[in-house]
Amino acid sequence: MSDDKVTIEVDGKTIQARKGQMLIEATDAIGAYVPRFCYHDKLSVAANCRMCLVEVEKVSKPLPACATPVTDGMKVFTKSAKAISAQKATMEFLLINHPLDCPICDQGGECELQDLAMGFGRDVSRYQERKRVVKDKDIGPLVSTDMTRCIHCTRCVRFGEEITGHPELGTTERGENMKIGTYIEKSIDHELSANIIDLCPVGALNNKPYRYSARAWEMVQRESVSAHDCVGSNLYAHVLRGTVKRIVPRPNEAINETWISDRDRYSYEGVYSSDRLLTPRVRRAGKWQDISWEDALQELAEKIQSVRADRFGILASAGATVEESRLLAQIAEHVGTANVDHRLRQQDFSDQDADALFPWLGCEIADIERCDAIFVAGSSLRKEAPILAHRVRKAALAGARIAFANPENDRYFFDVAVDLNGARLVELLAGVAVAASSGKSLPKAVSRICKGVSASGEQASVASMLRDSNNGLVLIGNLAIHDEAFSAVRALAAAIAELTGCRFGIVSEGPNAAGAHLAGLLPHRSMGGTPRTTAGKNAAEMIEASLDALLLFGIEPDLDLGVPDAVSRLSSTGFVAALTAYDSETFRQAADLLLPIGTFAETSGTFVNCEGRWQSFSGIANPVGESRPGWKVLRVLGNLLDIDGFEYLSSEDVRDELLAALGSYKPDNRYGNTRELPAPAKSNGAADVPMYAVDPVVRRATALQLTPEARRSARIGQRR
Amino acid sequence: MSGTQALSEHVREEIDRWVAKFPDDRKRSAVIGALHAAQHENNGFLTAELMNGVAEYLDLPTIQVYEVATFYSMFQTRPVGRHNVAICNNVSCMLRGADDIIAHVENKLGIKLGESTKDGRIFLKQEEECLAACCGAPMMMVDHRYYENLTVAEVDKILDGLE
Repeated sequence: MSDDKVTIEVDGKTIQARKGQMLIEATDAIGAYVPRFCYHDKLSVAANCRMCLVEVEKVSKPLPACATPVTDGMKVFTKSAKAISAQKATMEFLLINHPLDCPICDQGGECELQDLAMGFGRDVSRYQERKRVVKDKDIGPLVSTDMTRCIHCTRCVRFGEEITGHPELGTTERGENMKIGTYIEKSIDHELSANIIDLCPVGALNNKPYRYSARAWEMVQRESVSAHDCVGSNLYAHVLRGTVKRIVPRPNEAINETWISDRDRYSYEGVYSSDRLLTPRVRRAGKWQDISWEDALQELAEKIQSVRADRFGILASAGATVEESRLLAQIAEHVGTANVDHRLRQQDFSDQDADALFPWLGCEIADIERCDAIFVAGSSLRKEAPILAHRVRKAALAGARIAFANPENDRYFFDVAVDLNGARLVELLAGVAVAASSGKSLPKAVSRICKGVSASGEQASVASMLRDSNNGLVLIGNLAIHDEAFSAVRALAAAIAELTGCRFGIVSEGPNAAGAHLAGLLPHRSMGGTPRTTAGKNAAEMIEASLDALLLFGIEPDLDLGVPDAVSRLSSTGFVAALTAYDSETFRQAADLLLPIGTFAETSGTFVNCEGRWQSFSGIANPVGESRPGWKVLRVLGNLLDIDGFEYLSSEDVRDELLAALGSYKPDNRYGNTRELPAPAKSNGAADVPMYAVDPVVRRATALQLTPEARRSARIGQRR
Repeated sequence: MSGTQALSEHVREEIDRWVAKFPDDRKRSAVIGALHAAQHENNGFLTAELMNGVAEYLDLPTIQVYEVATFYSMFQTRPVGRHNVAICNNVSCMLRGADDIIAHVENKLGIKLGESTKDGRIFLKQEEECLAACCGAPMMMVDHRYYENLTVAEVDKILDGLE
């Protein structure tokens, strides 16, 4: 037996436990159930509910299993008369003040208190006294409160202190008057805050938009994957007769642990927005009218065949699945054009030949928390990928030094070693690169950019922080990708990583930028990163070129494109067909044919996340109106264009064909360019894409749009 | 209003004095002293602005200051009378007639424990626990001063003398 193991006996069964482990972890590991409310394996031990009392031999009083460390030779009884009686007594106390309102409580049927009251509660209460009542507070559009039901387990309070680092809820007053709340009425606004709904073991904190709309036992649970950031958080959708009622986390330690961002939880509301496009529509002599699917696709196919190949283009969002991306790329190749792109907000494509196979995080998501130095440049990480920001915070708490370089300084709830601020990302990074190169020569690609640059003290300390690390990481994010001087920014960040011996990673945009790259949805690369003989037009060029025909996939022209006057440019494009889930005034202005496709909830497919992980999912909801999954529409379109081998029966067929063609490949972020990049003429950072405006679905999620964060960014948007 | 402007220079000096007593990374330990200082200058009660000011000054989330301020009965989080009258009713004082004194004072001022007089002159503190002056029971504390071996007449004199 090794030194860090002890042998204990649980209910007569001898087991090995890790030294210092709490009893409840050991009993959980062998499935010996101990009831609990306040204990949660991701939170600190509070031991304040007393529900997990168990009997331990030679100890006169029952002990809380969550706060009792295992010791060698310990004999534990979880079901003995003494243990059960202690647990029942605790339950009786917890129920003194708990209202008997299960029939009208949203938690009814999935409530830890209700379940345990069935197991451990008395059938008749011995208390005649009045129950405590807590005045209800409004803590914002996402979480509803019924604090009279609260049993003071403090999971939500510890979540704020330990997980987000931004405590918003606390325990005010004391004794009989103690309550959980914000004290001053305010909404909770951390981007992970709605996880307290899942943590709450009773019906005190509930999902506000979902409230009173379904019962747990009526719904079916289906697996899904987040469609709003490059993390690919695992989700469960709870579906009532084909309609998504709510989203909850699906635990996956490698990705999202047990958390999801509020964006992933509430975006489903956008699926049922009133402006869904319900049927295919076409513009005839300036008037919009409904059209059948057959006629619409026929018209589109004829249009595509009638224009010159190089005057046709395809623009898709990074929210398209791998399968949809692949089919779009195949259609373009069949037509004979390389005008395909998904990098909608990117402005600088000058160094695209140095792109890696796909934008990779440089490590696995779980590796982030093991880094000892992280430099995040050009990324509002909390907004772009809340789960990654959480991992970075975990690294910081474990002692890692974290530095940022951003146009504006965001709030991070940990000690930030250095926070470089300035509108010009290139300047911020050039100084760090120069400092990092002390004693070595700068990589050729950045030598001209760094000419004459000297490092400030802060920039030098970022460089030394990275140089001193054993496991450092340099990340660039969406702000860098949208920067006017993206090429220079990327080259500099890669140079800094190379000079300091750190890994280099990219926090890409949308849920499937990696998949779109692999599928060949790029003007300069076909499937698997194979360079095209002649590069086609990139996203910006396609819009500016006023092509003869353009196919838009999952894009809102006024909100998803980096080109400022995209709508009027599209109006002067010959023919614009949009595959879209929504109808809007801008579509009617910019497009000629609208085809309704399903959102992430209504289609099957695959997303490849920033660590290169392929995650397939099936449709979770019935399609709205006559909308069809994007891949099916493209498959039929392919048939009408007479593409060989377009006989896919399922999205899996498309995926498997691509997987087989890709063979084995390795993510590699080494920046291969040895050509000297010019010093960028323009280098102003792009405007941040607000957290709750990243894609068409999120923009229509009502509750998210009511959050302080969304209203704040809407105000800023108006001022622009 | 937010920010530390809510705190006077004197309060900030007082807080600095408290902060200096604890290790550098334990500023949170100074929160009780800081709230005392802020309350003292504000006629005996705390406002949200003052608590926010303390939070910002000590670099704490505001909720953690609210928690402390609402937990301890020595902090008042709503407006109260200028003079803080706390009559002990723990065992020694109770045996020596504290209940009668409390009843008399309530009657005289026309308010219950925990309330303030309409003119804002006197705040009668909620149930006061032992103030460690049992040798002089019954006793009360008025604005941090102890008055011991109380009689009804003496209490009248003390209360009437408050401006």
